[in-house]
Amino acid sequence: MENWKRSAKAFFAAFTPPTFWLVAFFIIPLSLIWLYSFSTKTGVTDITLDWNLQQYARALEPLYLGIFWKSIVMAAATTAICLVVAFPVAIAIVFSKPTMRMWLLLLVILPFWTNLLIRTYALIAVLRTNGFINNGLEWIVVNADWLLSFVGLGDNRIVGPFEPLALLYNNTAVVFGLVYVSLPFMVLPLYAALDRLDRSYLEASLDLGAGHIRTFFSIVVPLALPGIASGIVITFIPAMGSYLTPDLLGGTDSQMIANVIASQFKQANNWPFGAALSFLLMYATFFALAIRAVLMRKEGRGDVR
Amino acid sequence: MSLFKRNPDPMGPLDYSRRLSLRITVAVTLFFLYAPIIGLIAFSFNDSRRNVVWRGFTTDYYVKLFNNDALMLAFANSLTIAVFTTIFSTVLGALTAYVLWRYRFPGKAIYEGGMALPIVIPEICMGVAMMVFFARIGWPSGMMWPFNLSAITIAHIAFSFPFAAIVIRARLESFNPELAECARDLGASEFQVFRDVVVPHMKPGLIAGALLAFTLSLDDFVITFFTSGPDTVTFPVKIYSMVRFSVTPEVNAASTVLILLTLVVTAFALRMQNRNNMLGSAAH
Repeated sequence: MENWKRSAKAFFAAFTPPTFWLVAFFIIPLSLIWLYSFSTKTGVTDITLDWNLQQYARALEPLYLGIFWKSIVMAAATTAICLVVAFPVAIAIVFSKPTMRMWLLLLVILPFWTNLLIRTYALIAVLRTNGFINNGLEWIVVNADWLLSFVGLGDNRIVGPFEPLALLYNNTAVVFGLVYVSLPFMVLPLYAALDRLDRSYLEASLDLGAGHIRTFFSIVVPLALPGIASGIVITFIPAMGSYLTPDLLGGTDSQMIANVIASQFKQANNWPFGAALSFLLMYATFFALAIRAVLMRKEGRGDVR
Repeated sequence: MSLFKRNPDPMGPLDYSRRLSLRITVAVTLFFLYAPIIGLIAFSFNDSRRNVVWRGFTTDYYVKLFNNDALMLAFANSLTIAVFTTIFSTVLGALTAYVLWRYRFPGKAIYEGGMALPIVIPEICMGVAMMVFFARIGWPSGMMWPFNLSAITIAHIAFSFPFAAIVIRARLESFNPELAECARDLGASEFQVFRDVVVPHMKPGLIAGALLAFTLSLDDFVITFFTSGPDTVTFPVKIYSMVRFSVTPEVNAASTVLILLTLVVTAFALRMQNRNNMLGSAAH
């Protein structure tokens, strides 16, 4: 790398366009929102910047704290489920043959590249009252009843008439949808961490008489800790800020923080308050990223993406 | 796929991938990931309005799709935005990558952090920021096509080019700076060095970055949703309003078209990235 002064003209020719774009169309819009978060709404469209903290104070009201808490709980549940599901998958991928490994990795990444909206819509078709799961269950119930009628127990005497399960428009559906869209986020860092693992430690542990479960908890987990931490953070952040999943799969009480932000900017038309909420969400994101950075540095390893 | 095939060799202690329990976990996970999407694609060919049970094969909904003017306009909008986003993001991303790769300058760590910001901040925050920004500066709306798409395109470029920069920079890591030195010693100007020495080496990275920007732009919903107006509807925004309305085979057909388009672009990008040594060279 060379000092920029050695060829200042070339440096500025390359430096200026992207910097301009970043500042004009990213930093300035964000700063604008930041200023709004310290402003007061004085009319239908008038907003006065008076450097007060009332928007942040309002964000600390029980209603909004509750929504923040709910977002954190939902994202945490999503992350936990993803971790439990992704670990065996990552282990299976790491320990398979190289060609198979590439295919499995590709299969895990591929849904990533499918539109988020479409994946969420696909889940609606699975979960709704007339969806695949409820239809499958109905088929089972009806046929079970038909089989039971041969032994004189038909006409819904044992298996009652089928009631479709309410799978959609509730918190469970939102967590299900979040797990569905964020699973690859967890598999990839775990895979990267396990791939670097020195297998002789595992062999030593097994040779010395530890079982697979004990080896997993005392060797694999401690050694893969940076990857696990990384996976947790990069699954948690998008899950907490997700807008589309709770919007499409959630019910009236499953609003997450992003939905509240959106409604403040659209229906409620209270930009300063929405701005304060967005910045609180952003600070939470930065906090999570900082934790990840500290953990990564502690281990003295490279960045896992 | 040898997922369930019997292997004559005895199983070693670390052959976790050959354990039945792990194979079942992988199979169930992949089923969980793919069944909804495959179901969605399959039911776009279903000859039934209610979209519940299979009634027979038809391509009617694709015909309807192509006769739906609003949807086709949304599709054209999306493609136009994606093309402009791709061009600008690739150029800006290449310049960013080049600056970060070549130079040392004060505040570089902060600069890199700033470039990573559009990647890490929640989409909703960027969406509302863009919405407020364009409303506040009074960006003209109601211009003639395709200029009415300019606000969305600008926002798309802002979040796509840092991604392109990462991909292109990864490619630049394998560039030997002595080649550029050499060209300079032989009298090439800075621009000639960039055009004739650096860019040819960057090429796979440029293509991968361009394809990434294209798919990011084509797929984006949240940021577009907040910057689009009633007459600047993109394909995902249109699908969103259809989804809110009802679950119909048309939506399935429209989704299938978008999935197919992204798959083709992605397959191409992955090939380029493999050449780019991002996923390692053990692909085949």
